[in-house]
Amino acid sequence: MTQKLDYLKETASQTAGPYVHIGLTPRVAGLDGPYPEEPGEIIAGPEAEGERIRIEGTLLDGQGDAVRDALIEVWQADAKGIYNSPRDPRQESCDPAVFGWGRVATDLKTGAFAIDTIKPGPVPGPKETTMAPHLSLWIVARGINLGLSTRLYFADEEAANQADPVLAKVLPPGRRGTLLAKQEGAQDGVTRYRFDIRLQGEDETVFFDC
Amino acid sequence: MRNALPVQGGLYPRDRDWHPPAYAPGYKSSVLRSPQKPLVALDSTLSELTAPVFGQDSIGPLDNDLIRNYAADGDPIGPRILVHGKLQDEDGRPVRGALVEIWQANAGGRYRHASEKYIAALDPNFGGCGRTLTDDDGHYVFRTIMPGPYPWPNGPNDWRPAHIHFSLFGPAFSQRLITQMYFEGDPHIPLCPIVNTISDPEAISRLVAPLDMKATEPMDCRAYRFDMVLRGQRQTPFENRAEGA
Repeated sequence: MTQKLDYLKETASQTAGPYVHIGLTPRVAGLDGPYPEEPGEIIAGPEAEGERIRIEGTLLDGQGDAVRDALIEVWQADAKGIYNSPRDPRQESCDPAVFGWGRVATDLKTGAFAIDTIKPGPVPGPKETTMAPHLSLWIVARGINLGLSTRLYFADEEAANQADPVLAKVLPPGRRGTLLAKQEGAQDGVTRYRFDIRLQGEDETVFFDC
Repeated sequence: MRNALPVQGGLYPRDRDWHPPAYAPGYKSSVLRSPQKPLVALDSTLSELTAPVFGQDSIGPLDNDLIRNYAADGDPIGPRILVHGKLQDEDGRPVRGALVEIWQANAGGRYRHASEKYIAALDPNFGGCGRTLTDDDGHYVFRTIMPGPYPWPNGPNDWRPAHIHFSLFGPAFSQRLITQMYFEGDPHIPLCPIVNTISDPEAISRLVAPLDMKATEPMDCRAYRFDMVLRGQRQTPFENRAEGA
Protein backbone atom coordinates (compact mmCIF):
# COMPACT_ATOMS: atom_id res chain seq x y z
CA MET A 1 0.00 0.00 0.00
CA THR A 2 1.04 3.56 -0.61
CA GLN A 3 -0.33 6.96 0.28
CA LYS A 4 -2.99 8.29 -2.06
CA LEU A 5 -2.38 11.26 -4.32
CA ASP A 6 -5.25 13.63 -3.61
CA TYR A 7 -5.45 15.49 -6.92
CA LEU A 8 -8.97 16.15 -8.13
CA LYS A 9 -10.06 15.13 -11.62
CA GLU A 10 -10.91 17.84 -14.14
CA THR A 11 -14.66 17.92 -14.82
CA ALA A 12 -15.35 15.96 -18.00
CA SER A 13 -16.36 18.00 -21.03
CA GLN A 14 -19.68 17.75 -22.84
CA THR A 15 -20.53 19.28 -26.19
CA ALA A 16 -21.71 22.89 -26.25
CA GLY A 17 -24.55 21.70 -28.50
CA PRO A 18 -26.29 23.70 -31.23
CA TYR A 19 -27.63 26.39 -28.91
CA VAL A 20 -24.38 27.57 -27.35
CA HIS A 21 -25.31 31.12 -28.40
CA ILE A 22 -28.08 31.36 -25.80
CA GLY A 23 -25.49 31.35 -23.05
CA LEU A 24 -22.44 32.88 -24.71
CA THR A 25 -23.66 35.24 -27.46
CA PRO A 26 -27.38 35.68 -26.64
CA ARG A 27 -28.08 38.16 -29.44
CA VAL A 28 -27.06 35.59 -32.05
CA ALA A 29 -29.66 33.22 -30.56
CA GLY A 30 -32.26 35.96 -31.00
CA LEU A 31 -32.49 36.90 -27.33
CA ASP A 32 -33.12 40.59 -26.83
CA GLY A 33 -31.10 41.12 -23.68
CA PRO A 34 -30.70 40.27 -20.90
CA TYR A 35 -27.13 41.56 -21.25
CA PRO A 36 -26.51 45.15 -22.38
CA GLU A 37 -23.50 44.07 -24.48
CA GLU A 38 -22.65 40.84 -26.19
CA PRO A 39 -19.75 39.26 -24.24
CA GLY A 40 -16.49 39.46 -26.19
CA GLU A 41 -17.88 41.74 -28.88
CA ILE A 42 -14.84 44.03 -29.03
CA ILE A 43 -11.35 42.52 -29.02
CA ALA A 44 -9.51 45.77 -29.71
CA GLY A 45 -11.27 49.12 -29.29
CA PRO A 46 -10.99 52.02 -31.75
CA GLU A 47 -8.15 53.57 -29.70
CA ALA A 48 -5.99 50.45 -29.91
CA GLU A 49 -2.47 50.84 -31.30
CA GLY A 50 -1.40 48.69 -34.22
CA GLU A 51 -2.53 47.54 -37.63
CA ARG A 52 -6.29 47.02 -37.95
CA ILE A 53 -7.08 43.65 -39.46
CA ARG A 54 -10.16 41.66 -40.45
CA ILE A 55 -9.92 37.89 -40.70
CA GLU A 56 -12.62 36.14 -42.68
CA GLY A 57 -13.12 32.43 -42.99
CA THR A 58 -15.44 29.47 -42.88
CA LEU A 59 -15.48 26.53 -40.50
CA LEU A 60 -15.82 23.28 -42.47
CA ASP A 61 -16.60 19.70 -41.48
CA GLY A 62 -15.13 16.47 -42.89
CA GLN A 63 -17.43 16.64 -45.90
CA GLY A 64 -16.57 20.24 -46.69
CA ASP A 65 -19.90 21.51 -45.40
CA ALA A 66 -19.99 24.73 -43.40
CA VAL A 67 -20.45 24.38 -39.65
CA ARG A 68 -23.21 26.88 -38.89
CA ASP A 69 -23.61 26.48 -35.17
CA ALA A 70 -20.08 27.01 -33.88
CA LEU A 71 -18.58 29.53 -31.54
CA ILE A 72 -14.96 30.60 -31.77
CA GLU A 73 -13.16 32.33 -28.93
CA VAL A 74 -10.12 34.46 -29.68
CA TRP A 75 -7.29 35.36 -27.30
CA GLN A 76 -4.40 37.55 -28.36
CA ALA A 77 -1.71 39.99 -27.26
CA ASP A 78 -1.60 43.71 -28.09
CA ALA A 79 0.58 45.24 -30.83
CA LYS A 80 3.61 45.06 -28.53
CA GLY A 81 3.02 41.39 -27.76
CA ILE A 82 1.71 41.96 -24.22
CA TYR A 83 -1.38 40.20 -22.88
CA ASN A 84 -3.97 42.22 -20.98
CA SER A 85 -3.90 39.63 -18.20
CA PRO A 86 -2.61 39.69 -14.61
CA ARG A 87 -0.66 36.55 -15.49
CA ASP A 88 1.48 38.47 -17.97
CA PRO A 89 4.15 40.10 -15.76
CA ARG A 90 4.24 43.02 -18.21
CA GLN A 91 0.49 43.74 -17.97
CA GLU A 92 1.00 47.27 -16.58
CA SER A 93 2.54 48.33 -19.90
CA CYS A 94 -0.17 46.75 -22.05
CA ASP A 95 -2.43 48.76 -24.34
CA PRO A 96 -5.62 49.28 -22.27
CA ALA A 97 -7.67 49.55 -25.48
CA VAL A 98 -6.89 45.91 -26.26
CA PHE A 99 -9.03 43.55 -24.18
CA GLY A 100 -7.54 40.77 -26.28
CA TRP A 101 -10.43 38.35 -25.95
CA GLY A 102 -13.50 37.96 -28.08
CA ARG A 103 -16.24 35.66 -29.27
CA VAL A 104 -17.28 35.10 -32.85
CA ALA A 105 -20.21 32.91 -33.87
CA THR A 106 -20.19 31.30 -37.29
CA ASP A 107 -23.11 32.59 -39.36
CA LEU A 108 -26.29 30.54 -38.72
CA LYS A 109 -26.94 30.37 -42.48
CA THR A 110 -23.48 30.29 -44.11
CA GLY A 111 -20.99 29.14 -41.47
CA ALA A 112 -18.76 32.13 -42.27
CA PHE A 113 -17.06 34.11 -39.53
CA ALA A 114 -15.16 37.37 -39.27
CA ILE A 115 -12.72 38.56 -36.61
CA ASP A 116 -12.12 42.33 -36.34
CA THR A 117 -9.06 43.21 -34.31
CA ILE A 118 -5.47 44.47 -34.48
CA LYS A 119 -2.47 42.42 -35.46
CA PRO A 120 -0.71 41.27 -32.27
CA GLY A 121 3.02 41.64 -31.75
CA PRO A 122 5.45 38.76 -31.21
CA VAL A 123 5.19 37.13 -27.78
CA PRO A 124 8.00 35.70 -25.61
CA GLY A 125 8.10 31.92 -25.94
CA PRO A 126 9.73 29.16 -23.92
CA LYS A 127 13.50 29.03 -23.46
CA GLU A 128 14.14 32.56 -24.71
CA THR A 129 12.48 31.96 -28.05
CA THR A 130 10.01 34.39 -29.59
CA MET A 131 6.62 33.32 -30.85
CA ALA A 132 5.48 34.91 -34.10
CA PRO A 133 2.33 37.08 -34.00
CA HIS A 134 -0.63 34.77 -33.50
CA LEU A 135 -4.19 34.46 -32.22
CA SER A 136 -5.17 31.54 -29.98
CA LEU A 137 -8.53 30.09 -31.02
CA TRP A 138 -10.88 27.81 -29.11
CA ILE A 139 -13.73 26.22 -31.03
CA VAL A 140 -16.93 24.65 -29.71
CA ALA A 141 -20.06 23.43 -31.51
CA ARG A 142 -22.58 20.64 -31.72
CA GLY A 143 -20.60 17.47 -32.41
CA ILE A 144 -17.41 18.79 -30.78
CA ASN A 145 -17.09 16.86 -27.53
CA LEU A 146 -14.15 18.82 -26.10
CA GLY A 147 -13.30 22.34 -27.26
CA LEU A 148 -10.61 22.42 -29.96
CA SER A 149 -7.52 24.61 -29.56
CA THR A 150 -5.65 25.99 -32.52
CA ARG A 151 -3.62 29.06 -33.49
CA LEU A 152 -3.85 31.53 -36.31
CA TYR A 153 -0.51 32.82 -37.64
CA PHE A 154 0.03 35.28 -40.47
CA ALA A 155 1.53 34.04 -43.77
CA ASP A 156 3.11 37.47 -44.33
CA GLU A 157 5.29 37.11 -41.19
CA GLU A 158 7.60 34.63 -42.87
CA ALA A 159 10.79 35.29 -40.88
CA ALA A 160 8.97 35.32 -37.52
CA ASN A 161 7.09 32.14 -38.42
CA GLN A 162 10.38 30.43 -39.32
CA ALA A 163 11.66 31.08 -35.80
CA ASP A 164 8.41 30.18 -34.00
CA PRO A 165 8.88 27.31 -31.50
CA VAL A 166 5.26 26.16 -31.72
CA LEU A 167 5.08 26.00 -35.52
CA ALA A 168 8.36 24.06 -35.34
CA LYS A 169 6.53 21.30 -33.43
CA VAL A 170 4.06 20.80 -36.26
CA LEU A 171 5.21 17.88 -38.39
CA PRO A 172 5.35 17.21 -41.22
CA PRO A 173 6.13 20.88 -41.98
CA GLY A 174 3.56 20.79 -44.78
CA ARG A 175 0.78 20.89 -42.17
CA ARG A 176 1.94 24.30 -40.87
CA GLY A 177 0.15 25.98 -43.77
CA THR A 178 -3.20 25.11 -42.15
CA LEU A 179 -2.34 27.64 -39.41
CA LEU A 180 -1.49 30.53 -41.75
CA ALA A 181 -3.95 33.31 -42.56
CA LYS A 182 -3.33 34.69 -46.04
CA GLN A 183 -3.37 38.39 -46.78
CA GLU A 184 -5.96 39.51 -49.29
CA GLY A 185 -5.13 43.20 -49.58
CA ALA A 186 -6.41 46.18 -47.65
CA GLN A 187 -9.60 48.19 -47.63
CA ASP A 188 -10.34 51.42 -45.72
CA GLY A 189 -7.15 51.07 -43.70
CA VAL A 190 -7.95 47.49 -42.67
CA THR A 191 -5.73 44.63 -43.81
CA ARG A 192 -7.81 41.62 -44.76
CA TYR A 193 -6.87 37.99 -44.23
CA ARG A 194 -8.43 34.67 -45.16
CA PHE A 195 -8.41 31.76 -42.71
CA ASP A 196 -10.58 28.67 -43.17
CA ILE A 197 -10.71 26.02 -40.47
CA ARG A 198 -11.14 22.37 -41.45
CA LEU A 199 -12.23 20.07 -38.65
CA GLN A 200 -11.42 16.89 -40.55
CA GLY A 201 -10.02 15.57 -43.81
CA GLU A 202 -6.98 15.93 -45.98
CA ASP A 203 -6.23 19.56 -45.13
CA GLU A 204 -7.37 19.17 -41.53
CA THR A 205 -6.34 22.17 -39.43
CA VAL A 206 -3.68 21.47 -36.81
CA PHE A 207 -5.17 21.30 -33.32
CA PHE A 208 -3.15 21.39 -30.13
CA ASP A 209 -3.17 19.43 -26.91
CA CYS A 210 -2.11 22.46 -24.89
CA MET B 1 19.91 36.96 -15.01
CA ARG B 2 16.60 35.34 -14.31
CA ASN B 3 14.00 34.72 -16.95
CA ALA B 4 11.16 37.15 -16.16
CA LEU B 5 8.48 35.05 -17.89
CA PRO B 6 6.41 33.00 -16.66
CA VAL B 7 7.55 31.72 -13.31
CA GLN B 8 4.94 28.98 -13.02
CA GLY B 9 4.94 25.76 -14.97
CA GLY B 10 2.48 24.54 -17.53
CA LEU B 11 -1.04 23.29 -16.93
CA TYR B 12 -1.44 19.65 -16.00
CA PRO B 13 -2.04 17.68 -19.19
CA ARG B 14 -5.64 16.78 -19.89
CA ASP B 15 -6.62 13.17 -19.24
CA ARG B 16 -8.10 12.52 -22.64
CA ASP B 17 -9.37 9.06 -21.64
CA TRP B 18 -11.52 10.74 -18.99
CA HIS B 19 -12.95 13.32 -21.40
CA PRO B 20 -15.10 12.14 -24.29
CA PRO B 21 -13.11 11.37 -27.45
CA ALA B 22 -13.58 13.64 -30.48
CA TYR B 23 -15.01 10.75 -32.50
CA ALA B 24 -17.90 9.08 -30.69
CA PRO B 25 -20.17 7.58 -33.40
CA GLY B 26 -23.11 7.00 -31.01
CA TYR B 27 -23.38 10.79 -31.10
CA LYS B 28 -23.73 11.21 -34.85
CA SER B 29 -22.84 14.90 -35.02
CA SER B 30 -19.30 14.04 -33.88
CA VAL B 31 -18.58 11.83 -36.90
CA LEU B 32 -17.74 14.61 -39.37
CA ARG B 33 -16.64 17.15 -36.78
CA SER B 34 -13.87 15.15 -35.14
CA PRO B 35 -10.25 15.79 -36.10
CA GLN B 36 -8.57 12.54 -37.13
CA LYS B 37 -4.94 13.58 -37.11
CA PRO B 38 -3.05 13.50 -33.81
CA LEU B 39 -3.21 16.65 -31.69
CA VAL B 40 0.13 18.45 -31.46
CA ALA B 41 1.29 18.38 -27.82
CA LEU B 42 2.34 21.77 -26.52
CA ASP B 43 3.51 22.69 -23.04
CA SER B 44 1.72 25.86 -21.99
CA THR B 45 3.27 29.10 -23.19
CA LEU B 46 2.29 32.61 -22.13
CA SER B 47 -0.55 32.40 -24.68
CA GLU B 48 -2.12 29.44 -22.87
CA LEU B 49 -1.41 30.59 -19.31
CA THR B 50 -2.98 34.04 -19.60
CA ALA B 51 -6.65 35.04 -19.92
CA PRO B 52 -8.75 38.18 -19.56
CA VAL B 53 -10.21 39.17 -16.22
CA PHE B 54 -13.94 39.78 -15.98
CA GLY B 55 -14.76 42.41 -13.40
CA GLN B 56 -17.81 42.46 -11.15
CA ASP B 57 -18.85 45.62 -13.02
CA SER B 58 -19.43 43.57 -16.16
CA ILE B 59 -22.08 41.44 -14.43
CA GLY B 60 -25.60 42.76 -13.84
CA PRO B 61 -27.45 42.17 -10.53
CA LEU B 62 -29.99 39.76 -12.10
CA ASP B 63 -27.56 37.93 -14.36
CA ASN B 64 -27.52 34.85 -12.11
CA ASP B 65 -31.30 34.85 -11.57
CA LEU B 66 -32.95 33.16 -14.53
CA ILE B 67 -36.34 33.44 -12.82
CA ARG B 68 -36.13 37.23 -13.08
CA ASN B 69 -33.61 38.15 -15.77
CA TYR B 70 -36.00 37.70 -18.70
CA ALA B 71 -39.34 38.04 -16.91
CA ALA B 72 -41.88 40.09 -18.88
CA ASP B 73 -45.00 39.96 -16.74
CA GLY B 74 -44.41 37.29 -14.10
CA ASP B 75 -42.29 34.32 -13.14
CA PRO B 76 -41.49 31.52 -15.57
CA ILE B 77 -43.37 28.23 -15.24
CA GLY B 78 -41.55 25.28 -13.69
CA PRO B 79 -40.09 23.97 -10.44
CA ARG B 80 -38.01 26.68 -8.78
CA ILE B 81 -34.44 25.62 -8.01
CA LEU B 82 -31.09 26.94 -6.85
CA VAL B 83 -28.01 25.50 -8.51
CA HIS B 84 -24.85 26.13 -6.55
CA GLY B 85 -21.39 24.70 -6.08
CA LYS B 86 -17.71 25.24 -5.85
CA LEU B 87 -15.12 25.62 -8.57
CA GLN B 88 -11.69 24.21 -7.73
CA ASP B 89 -8.58 23.30 -9.65
CA GLU B 90 -7.02 19.84 -9.70
CA ASP B 91 -4.91 20.79 -6.66
CA GLY B 92 -8.08 21.53 -4.69
CA ARG B 93 -7.56 25.29 -4.69
CA PRO B 94 -10.68 27.43 -5.12
CA VAL B 95 -10.83 29.20 -8.48
CA ARG B 96 -11.81 32.78 -7.66
CA GLY B 97 -13.34 35.32 -10.01
CA ALA B 98 -14.04 32.71 -12.69
CA LEU B 99 -16.77 33.54 -15.19
CA VAL B 100 -19.51 30.89 -15.02
CA GLU B 101 -22.10 31.08 -17.80
CA ILE B 102 -25.11 28.78 -18.15
CA TRP B 103 -27.87 28.14 -20.67
CA GLN B 104 -30.81 25.79 -20.63
CA ALA B 105 -34.22 24.88 -22.03
CA ASN B 106 -37.41 25.94 -20.27
CA ALA B 107 -39.62 23.63 -18.17
CA GLY B 108 -41.17 22.18 -21.34
CA GLY B 109 -37.78 21.36 -22.88
CA ARG B 110 -37.87 24.26 -25.34
CA TYR B 111 -34.86 26.50 -25.99
CA ARG B 112 -35.21 30.14 -26.89
CA HIS B 113 -33.05 30.09 -30.03
CA ALA B 114 -33.51 31.26 -33.62
CA SER B 115 -32.78 27.73 -34.94
CA GLU B 116 -34.98 25.77 -32.47
CA LYS B 117 -38.05 24.01 -33.92
CA TYR B 118 -39.37 21.77 -31.10
CA ILE B 119 -43.16 22.02 -30.71
CA ALA B 120 -43.09 22.63 -26.93
CA ALA B 121 -44.17 26.16 -26.02
CA LEU B 122 -41.85 29.07 -25.35
CA ASP B 123 -42.26 30.67 -21.95
CA PRO B 124 -42.62 34.44 -22.33
CA ASN B 125 -40.91 34.91 -18.97
CA PHE B 126 -37.92 32.69 -19.54
CA GLY B 127 -34.78 33.42 -21.58
CA GLY B 128 -32.55 30.60 -20.38
CA CYS B 129 -29.17 32.25 -19.96
CA GLY B 130 -27.29 33.37 -16.88
CA ARG B 131 -23.83 34.25 -15.68
CA THR B 132 -21.92 35.00 -12.51
CA LEU B 133 -18.40 35.21 -11.07
CA THR B 134 -17.14 32.78 -8.43
CA ASP B 135 -16.52 34.35 -5.03
CA ASP B 136 -13.35 34.15 -2.92
CA ASP B 137 -14.15 30.54 -1.97
CA GLY B 138 -14.78 29.57 -5.59
CA HIS B 139 -18.50 29.38 -4.90
CA TYR B 140 -21.27 30.31 -7.36
CA VAL B 141 -25.07 30.24 -7.25
CA PHE B 142 -27.87 30.54 -9.83
CA ARG B 143 -31.62 30.66 -9.35
CA THR B 144 -33.61 29.13 -12.17
CA ILE B 145 -36.36 26.67 -13.03
CA MET B 146 -35.88 22.98 -13.69
CA PRO B 147 -35.37 22.42 -17.43
CA GLY B 148 -37.40 19.72 -19.16
CA PRO B 149 -36.13 16.77 -21.23
CA TYR B 150 -36.59 17.03 -25.00
CA PRO B 151 -36.30 14.88 -28.13
CA TRP B 152 -33.45 15.43 -30.59
CA PRO B 153 -32.54 14.04 -33.99
CA ASN B 154 -29.87 11.41 -33.46
CA GLY B 155 -31.43 7.97 -33.17
CA PRO B 156 -35.11 7.51 -34.06
CA ASN B 157 -36.21 8.25 -30.48
CA ASP B 158 -33.45 9.94 -28.48
CA TRP B 159 -34.27 12.28 -25.60
CA ARG B 160 -31.86 14.47 -23.71
CA PRO B 161 -31.98 14.20 -19.94
CA ALA B 162 -32.85 17.49 -18.25
CA HIS B 163 -29.58 19.44 -18.18
CA ILE B 164 -27.94 22.82 -17.77
CA HIS B 165 -24.97 23.80 -19.96
CA PHE B 166 -22.02 25.29 -18.06
CA SER B 167 -19.17 27.33 -19.53
CA LEU B 168 -16.18 27.94 -17.24
CA PHE B 169 -13.55 30.63 -17.72
CA GLY B 170 -10.67 30.46 -15.26
CA PRO B 171 -7.41 32.42 -15.10
CA ALA B 172 -5.73 30.58 -18.02
CA PHE B 173 -7.15 30.40 -21.55
CA SER B 174 -6.27 26.70 -21.81
CA GLN B 175 -8.46 25.94 -18.80
CA ARG B 176 -11.55 26.80 -20.87
CA LEU B 177 -14.21 24.17 -20.40
CA ILE B 178 -17.81 23.59 -21.39
CA THR B 179 -19.84 20.81 -19.81
CA GLN B 180 -23.39 19.85 -18.85
CA MET B 181 -24.97 19.29 -15.47
CA TYR B 182 -27.57 16.54 -15.04
CA PHE B 183 -30.06 15.98 -12.22
CA GLU B 184 -29.95 13.13 -9.72
CA GLY B 185 -32.45 10.39 -10.46
CA ASP B 186 -33.16 11.24 -14.11
CA PRO B 187 -33.78 7.93 -15.95
CA HIS B 188 -32.69 9.50 -19.26
CA ILE B 189 -29.07 9.88 -18.13
CA PRO B 190 -27.88 6.31 -18.89
CA LEU B 191 -29.82 6.32 -22.19
CA CYS B 192 -28.30 9.51 -23.59
CA PRO B 193 -25.78 9.21 -26.47
CA ILE B 194 -24.17 12.52 -25.51
CA VAL B 195 -23.69 11.45 -21.88
CA ASN B 196 -22.32 8.15 -23.20
CA THR B 197 -19.61 9.82 -25.26
CA ILE B 198 -17.83 9.61 -21.87
CA SER B 199 -16.67 6.05 -21.26
CA ASP B 200 -15.69 6.28 -17.58
CA PRO B 201 -18.79 5.88 -15.34
CA GLU B 202 -17.00 7.82 -12.60
CA ALA B 203 -16.53 10.81 -14.93
CA ILE B 204 -20.26 10.68 -15.76
CA SER B 205 -21.31 10.47 -12.11
CA ARG B 206 -19.49 13.74 -11.45
CA LEU B 207 -21.78 15.48 -13.94
CA VAL B 208 -24.87 14.46 -11.97
CA ALA B 209 -25.87 17.02 -9.34
CA PRO B 210 -27.46 15.67 -6.15
CA LEU B 211 -30.47 17.23 -4.50
CA ASP B 212 -29.09 19.39 -1.68
CA MET B 213 -31.76 19.71 1.00
CA LYS B 214 -29.47 21.76 3.24
CA ALA B 215 -29.30 24.55 0.66
CA THR B 216 -32.99 24.33 -0.17
CA GLU B 217 -35.08 27.42 0.68
CA PRO B 218 -38.09 26.17 2.67
CA MET B 219 -41.42 26.96 0.98
CA ASP B 220 -39.57 28.55 -1.94
CA CYS B 221 -37.16 26.49 -4.03
CA ARG B 222 -35.18 23.26 -3.94
CA ALA B 223 -31.40 23.20 -4.41
CA TYR B 224 -28.96 21.09 -6.43
CA ARG B 225 -25.23 21.11 -5.81
CA PHE B 226 -22.80 20.94 -8.70
CA ASP B 227 -19.07 21.21 -7.98
CA MET B 228 -16.61 21.49 -10.85
CA VAL B 229 -12.87 21.19 -11.36
CA LEU B 230 -10.58 23.02 -13.78
CA ARG B 231 -7.07 21.99 -14.80
CA GLY B 232 -4.31 22.64 -12.26
CA GLN B 233 -0.90 24.11 -12.92
CA ARG B 234 2.57 22.80 -12.20
CA GLN B 235 4.44 24.74 -9.56
CA THR B 236 8.17 25.19 -10.01
CA PRO B 237 9.72 24.96 -6.54
CA PHE B 238 13.21 25.44 -7.97
CA GLU B 239 13.43 28.40 -10.26
CA ASN B 240 15.27 27.75 -13.51
CA ARG B 241 18.40 29.73 -14.04
CA ALA B 242 18.99 31.12 -17.47
CA GLU B 243 21.96 29.59 -19.25
CA GLY B 244 25.30 31.05 -18.22
CA ALA B 245 23.94 32.62 -15.06
